[in-house]
Amino acid sequence: MEKQAVQRAREAFLAGRSRPLEFRVQQLKSLQRMITDRQGEIATALKQDINRSQYDTPLFELIGLENEISLAVSKLAQWAAPRPVERNLLTISDQAYIQPEPLGVVLIIGAWNYPWALTLQPLVGAIAAGNAAVVKPSELSEYSASLLKALLPRYLDQELYPVVCGGVSETQELLRQRFDHVFYTGNSTVGKLVMEAAARHLTPVTLELGGKSPCYIDKDVDLRVACRRITWGKFVNCGQTCIAPDYILCEPSIQNRVVEGIRQTLLEFYGPDPKSSPDYGRIINQRHFNRLMTLLEGYTATVGGQSDSSQRYIAPTVVKDVPPQARLMQEEIFGPLLPIVTVSDIDDAIHFINEREKPLALYVFSSNKKVIKRMLAETTSGGVTVNDVIMHYTLNSLPFGGVGQSGTGRYHGKHTFDQFSHHRACLVKSLGMEEVHMVRYPPQNHQKVRRVRLAMRTPLVDFSKGTYIWAVTASIVALGLLIALTVILILAAGVNCTCL
Amino acid sequence: DLSEFRDRSKSGSTGQHMTIYEVIDRLRATFRSGVTFPEQFRMTQLQNLLSLVEENEQLIQDALHKDLHKPKFESVLSEIQITLNDLYFAMENLRTWMQPEYNIGKNLATRMDDCFIRREPLGVVLIIGAWNYPLHLILLPLVAAIAAGNCAILKPSEICQATEQLLAELIPKYLSQDCYAVLCGGAEDTKSLLKNKFDHIFYTGSQVVARSILLAAAPHLTPVTLELGGKSPCFIYGHIDIHKAAKRLCWSKFFNTGQSCVAPDYVLCTAQTRDALLPALRETLRTFYGPDPGASLDMGRIVTPRHWRRLMDMLEKSKGKVVIGGESREEDRYIAPTVLVDVQESDALMQEEIFGPILPILTIESLEEGIDYINRQEKPLALYVFSDETSVVTTVLNNTSSGGFCGNDGIVHMALPGLPFGGVGASGMGSYHGRWGFETFSHRRGCMNRSWLLERVNVLRYPPYSDYNLGWLRWATTFKKNSWGGCSVM
Repeated sequence: MEKQAVQRAREAFLAGRSRPLEFRVQQLKSLQRMITDRQGEIATALKQDINRSQYDTPLFELIGLENEISLAVSKLAQWAAPRPVERNLLTISDQAYIQPEPLGVVLIIGAWNYPWALTLQPLVGAIAAGNAAVVKPSELSEYSASLLKALLPRYLDQELYPVVCGGVSETQELLRQRFDHVFYTGNSTVGKLVMEAAARHLTPVTLELGGKSPCYIDKDVDLRVACRRITWGKFVNCGQTCIAPDYILCEPSIQNRVVEGIRQTLLEFYGPDPKSSPDYGRIINQRHFNRLMTLLEGYTATVGGQSDSSQRYIAPTVVKDVPPQARLMQEEIFGPLLPIVTVSDIDDAIHFINEREKPLALYVFSSNKKVIKRMLAETTSGGVTVNDVIMHYTLNSLPFGGVGQSGTGRYHGKHTFDQFSHHRACLVKSLGMEEVHMVRYPPQNHQKVRRVRLAMRTPLVDFSKGTYIWAVTASIVALGLLIALTVILILAAGVNCTCL
Repeated sequence: DLSEFRDRSKSGSTGQHMTIYEVIDRLRATFRSGVTFPEQFRMTQLQNLLSLVEENEQLIQDALHKDLHKPKFESVLSEIQITLNDLYFAMENLRTWMQPEYNIGKNLATRMDDCFIRREPLGVVLIIGAWNYPLHLILLPLVAAIAAGNCAILKPSEICQATEQLLAELIPKYLSQDCYAVLCGGAEDTKSLLKNKFDHIFYTGSQVVARSILLAAAPHLTPVTLELGGKSPCFIYGHIDIHKAAKRLCWSKFFNTGQSCVAPDYVLCTAQTRDALLPALRETLRTFYGPDPGASLDMGRIVTPRHWRRLMDMLEKSKGKVVIGGESREEDRYIAPTVLVDVQESDALMQEEIFGPILPILTIESLEEGIDYINRQEKPLALYVFSDETSVVTTVLNNTSSGGFCGNDGIVHMALPGLPFGGVGASGMGSYHGRWGFETFSHRRGCMNRSWLLERVNVLRYPPYSDYNLGWLRWATTFKKNSWGGCSVM
């Protein structure tokens, strides 16, 4: 069944249907309509999947998606146009440009924590780039998956963009087929399997994985604001966000104030009993619930710690003075547990971060420019937000992706379009200027070698500092000479000039 | 189980034996210390690499001649000069490339913030070279890796022994030994090398090996750039000056004895064009190499007896008719520039990349037939069209895909550093040359530096949620057609 869907998508692609720009725009607009028309149903599905509040859905999934679609529709012609490049002497009369082209049939594997955004945002780029795409939503968010399977064929071309649902074995079957690109969002264990499966077909992959995103809080910072922003980012979607601040690093002297700041903010956000707040989510399934409870074993929560297995509810929890070797610090938490690890200073913090795998996001709260500069220069991560969390995700001119264990490739905005395109280098020459080209043909001699070396030089004009200074100086001298000559001529002509 | 590499980093021929792990560890420790990050360091290393090439031109030419019987002209043009150009280009542009990119669209919500993209080094990268252009296929990626601030391990092709030795000797002399190492060895050694974790692997070579490299990279989630090959088709169609076309075709095909990943593999043309083409080809070949190419100084040789045998087998099995050339000599691995006609799709010559001085001509009745044929095969690394008619060029461009494309010439599109050089589908993934190499070996880190102000506006996003707040947020963040860049959730 999976094989047939892929086969049909390939045939539809080869027929050329997905290539015309008008078609792509029309499909994108249709996708837009789907989201606008069906918002209620989508919100209901999300509530059933993950107890998503009715406000979180538009906020975190749909507004972003709609904006991506609008951007793609408005900029598509520009993105898909040939991009000219700089030429050298040999190619001066030729056309040299990069032409973005569709790759073919791509596979998009979504995730369960933001099932609509993480599955459809890549799809927007895939459609914009002119590809066919097989969409495989995560089976863990089952209501969303079945809703997507029901809705997408009603709005988009059924053959070009089929939705394939299923679990592990269906995904494996899909991965056995040949695609021109595979886009996977999820964890690194499965990421490695995806890359391995793609390797057999020499298929390039984009992997949006995760990791432990550190959050460093500097001493001299407005803790009220910092804690509020961190609390928001950490506990939204019940901590199940790939770029949620995973753990906090701070000096022991401010630890208690940080805890207080978070505690106070939690009260403001969810009231004294988060379980009854309509704005607080639940853990996706029993397995993850158990996993998170195990992480907490042996540690006393400073804030929260309550849980209810029947509802898969875990209170927003903060744990102080967590040792680096604790289980909480060994794997990505992906839940509403916030460990605080104390470090002696910025050096210690940087060292701590660099000892670990490269994270998907890095956060630093500081009013000290030097601290921020050092953090940026001496660490690496997929992306960074300074003095806030998560927000770098929301600007789609910034590339969003990981590095090292947190992933490979990037997307959002134009980056998605580029990720799903082949950038074909094109040089269209004329058969003219043959005299110049004669130098490269055999039989060869020294003069020809010299001439070819010259003709191959790029850039055409030497923009180095030395030349620039020479050019300016020469111009000034020339101008000076011209003025002097004019003055002499005027004198010679015997004209009275009072300025002398 | 430790495999030993002869690491000549210590000096010359009395090198100590170091294990791969020790070399990689040393490079990793150096990278961690941050010494490769500053612009000055990268510039110095690039300058040193420049000196390496400039000061040893003769040695390089000799080594290339020994390995591949490469004529001096080809060594200069396609190995030395292309490397020098890429170095000049990188040094001139390094500062610009290293700058954080600020000129990106911001939305209403982030107008007070600093948003930029940093290019950051990846770490320790592995560069595996190939044998057909043993110098530039390993040095051009190295230029990019150095410019991007990484440490690098070079693994030159063991098939070109003289060049391999030369690189192993010269690199430690000119470049920092703590940052860049040359490891020599065969297929087994490469396999052990691949068991280690790298931050990027850059491979030039064949599809078969590429697959095993990807499989070795997957458990480490290492990103890979693959520069592979394929059968690069060459259309000669419509109105065209057949003599000029023949010249450029011959030059691109027989350069390096056809052993170029972007050499035009086969020709597609009508019977009429073919009849005009053949005498033009004969004349051109005579002008290039004289009556006996085997005696010409400008004609190269096949790299090893094994490769020679492979080509001879293909030629023998072919059902096409040899109309030009066909001579060969086993002792010096010589094959004359050979052209065949009446070659069918099922021919032995059409099953795999030729990579030799053999040019099959396939006859087509129409452009569409040729395009259909090409689209039935794997996407090639390069595609060529010789035609005066713009419509022909445009039709082929719009209906096919390939790594790169060149109209009315062959190979030269890879000499322009502004163009990315790489494949698609079976011909590879990723690209390099010029700035593209720098980007390949860098991580693009999206950074947003939020201001402390506007916290009152931030309040809109916090719980407890309400329709009122949501309404305002929606208004503030919805993308409006004439705003800069895109808006997303606040």
